[in-house]
Amino acid sequence: MNAAILVSILMTVAAAATPLLLAALGELVVEKSGVLNLGVEGMMLIGAVTAFAVSVTTGSPALGAIASMVTAAAASGIFAALTLGLASNQVATGLALTIFGTGISALAGAPYVGITTTRLGPIFPDALADDPYWRLIFGHSPLVYIALLMTLAVWWFLKHSRSGLILRAVGESDDAAHSIGYPVLKVRALAILFGGAMAGLAGSFYSLVVTPMWAERLTAGRGWIAIALVVFASWRPGRLAAGAYLFGAVITLELQAKAAGLSALAPEFMSSLPYLATIAVLVMISAGRRSIKNAAPACLGKPFRASA
Amino acid sequence: MLPRIELLGITKRFPGVLANDAISFAVQPGEIHALLGENGAGKSTLVKIIYGVLQADSGQITFDGREAQVGSPREARALGIGMVFQHFSLFEAMTVLENIALGMDHPPARRQLEAEVRRVLDSYNLALDPHRDVHTLSVGERQRIEIVRALLQKPKLLIMDEPTSVLTPQEVEELFKTLRQLASEGCSILYISHKLEEIKALCDRATIMRGGRVVATCDPAKETARSMAEMMIGGNLKDIEGRDGRTVGQVRFTVENLSVPGEPPFGTSLNDISFEVSAGEIFGIAGVAGNGQNELLAALSGEQRRGMRGRIVIDGRDITDTGVTGRRRAGLSSVPEERNGHAAVPGMSLAENAILSARTRKALAAKGLLRRSAAREFASSVISAFSVKATGARGMAGSLSGGNLQKYVMGREIMQEPAVLLVAQPTWGVDAGAASFIRQAMVDLAASGSAIVLISQDLDELLALSDRIAVINEGHLSAAMDIATVSIEELGLLMGGVHGKKKPASAAPAEGITHHGA
Repeated sequence: MNAAILVSILMTVAAAATPLLLAALGELVVEKSGVLNLGVEGMMLIGAVTAFAVSVTTGSPALGAIASMVTAAAASGIFAALTLGLASNQVATGLALTIFGTGISALAGAPYVGITTTRLGPIFPDALADDPYWRLIFGHSPLVYIALLMTLAVWWFLKHSRSGLILRAVGESDDAAHSIGYPVLKVRALAILFGGAMAGLAGSFYSLVVTPMWAERLTAGRGWIAIALVVFASWRPGRLAAGAYLFGAVITLELQAKAAGLSALAPEFMSSLPYLATIAVLVMISAGRRSIKNAAPACLGKPFRASA
Repeated sequence: MLPRIELLGITKRFPGVLANDAISFAVQPGEIHALLGENGAGKSTLVKIIYGVLQADSGQITFDGREAQVGSPREARALGIGMVFQHFSLFEAMTVLENIALGMDHPPARRQLEAEVRRVLDSYNLALDPHRDVHTLSVGERQRIEIVRALLQKPKLLIMDEPTSVLTPQEVEELFKTLRQLASEGCSILYISHKLEEIKALCDRATIMRGGRVVATCDPAKETARSMAEMMIGGNLKDIEGRDGRTVGQVRFTVENLSVPGEPPFGTSLNDISFEVSAGEIFGIAGVAGNGQNELLAALSGEQRRGMRGRIVIDGRDITDTGVTGRRRAGLSSVPEERNGHAAVPGMSLAENAILSARTRKALAAKGLLRRSAAREFASSVISAFSVKATGARGMAGSLSGGNLQKYVMGREIMQEPAVLLVAQPTWGVDAGAASFIRQAMVDLAASGSAIVLISQDLDELLALSDRIAVINEGHLSAAMDIATVSIEELGLLMGGVHGKKKPASAAPAEGITHHGA
């Protein structure tokens, strides 16, 4: 295999990994605050359709990416209002959010099916971005770099900032945090909004970078992989990035196998590979890997009601 | 001298109940002031008002001579009020230092905070490693985190809410030393408890509450525990009768080399536990919470049999391989520690709750059908025999107060005439009247020839009821000791984990810090 092909494969891996990483980083922060939001897939779809519509209308994919964060965050705001304000069941509400996102994105995206928009392409000069080798570093969409920078930022925030400490505290023991005097619901609401914005941005990657067009269910269940990744990474941003790139590689393998016409395995099997890997990871985790179980925020998924 | 804090006519009403009715009292600088009362007397509400968690409907708080509006815990801390909660507000997966930083409004940089923490630890002789994760610490050590957290704010008034309920006797002594030193430096302490001997030993004055009102103020040193208890309950305290002169018969319950692996992540493994209990005997198991008591009860009752090794025998019959129902049939009844959701289902009626545990021995579900009228009859007989305050057999278990539900649960098991009764924490969170009733019922059951295993953290209760006692620590059970010859010091050391062998390395203290009790 020559180096240029290797570069091209690695480029695909990065492209497959980036949306997973973006969405999973958001979900990681949400879960660290003690909330389980299973609506990632729905928010990604809302982000994807928004990004595409805004990009087509204004001609600016960057504006589309920003808009995707706003609408997905708004969708997560509904989730926040229900689960925090009304203490509704987080699992059910998250699933509802995914169903809602799938439906509304299909409805809003109907007029945009079959057209294309400008790709949110590389930001570096063509000489670098198109070079067969240097493009490995300079030829990505800005979102690829943003995802990596956000990994660092989230790690620093959780590990070293006081706000991050409070967020972790809220996820560890909401009652204790409340009795000390921290605004549990406000912290969780902000975390949920952040998670929404990140999921939206992840969705925009599909409609602006991977394929600059819109189709129903464009994200194809990748939101679920992002959620599994958070557990897989035992709530650590560094491991999350590694995990995202690992899954990116699995997805790429599937695409490459398809392109190479490998017919030994049914294409359906190859397409299901990332999801099978997800299930395998989840089974491994619940089969009692102590370290991972312990890493989970203690109040994950538990509704909080301030008691006097 | 100006009082440190003075309460004047503090009143707080909750829907349907007057929790605090015109409460007035004062605490002087440097005074250790006890706030005494039964559960539901309104102590917690009052303390929450002082600490700003709740707002009073009317009344006035004066702090150091100035009227104070305490709108939130933050404002309370700014005034100089610190609080150590009964249930610690700690974060298990974080380090001691992180926990302390979380409890402060304006924590300094990490390094400076650590220096300050070490200074407080040194000056009050507290043993604690700032870099340990909280979930690896003992309860006493956890409490020290809360104390350090409060002391860092240099409080003028420190509120301690039932601080000793989870400590070993040695840890209590350590705590008292710290509190006395604090008081000698001028800090006032409001000490909430219902442990009367401790209050006699520690406090300068006591305010006694009952039903939301202050009913008496006294000097604990001049009162007896009994006289204070009677002020608390507003009546005479009954003595337990028939405690002595019970005859111990043949062995009814034998546990041999019982080992059960702990449930991850925080469960305790049981290691090679052996004991036997005879007819007419109450066998006490002491220990600090979380040392395998729940696991032991679950293993003996049959709820948790996975990975179990050893042998359990009732009246010569091996029940090791039988489940909960089989063991009940063989005559084993159990009352777990948690009333709501374990011993009883809050959302079901008392009659239905009777069916859940008495269906085999009282034949309340013959041929797969519920015999509701029989169940109601049985429930009603429990209610009257154990004077449970309830609306009747159809009343919801969840609508009963803690003490009444506990009486019901105890009655339900005792009236099945078990060969062996397992009880965990029978009087935990129960008012004094109900507690003495429950203790009497256990003594009566033993007198009728049953064998009783009493698991409790309350040493006074164990000493008052048991014939023999053993201590559980980290899943090991000590040898059984005769109650007549055992000393509290001995029990305390065993509870703290001194078996004459070393503690595992993970629990060893950090360099330069001495470990309590070790």
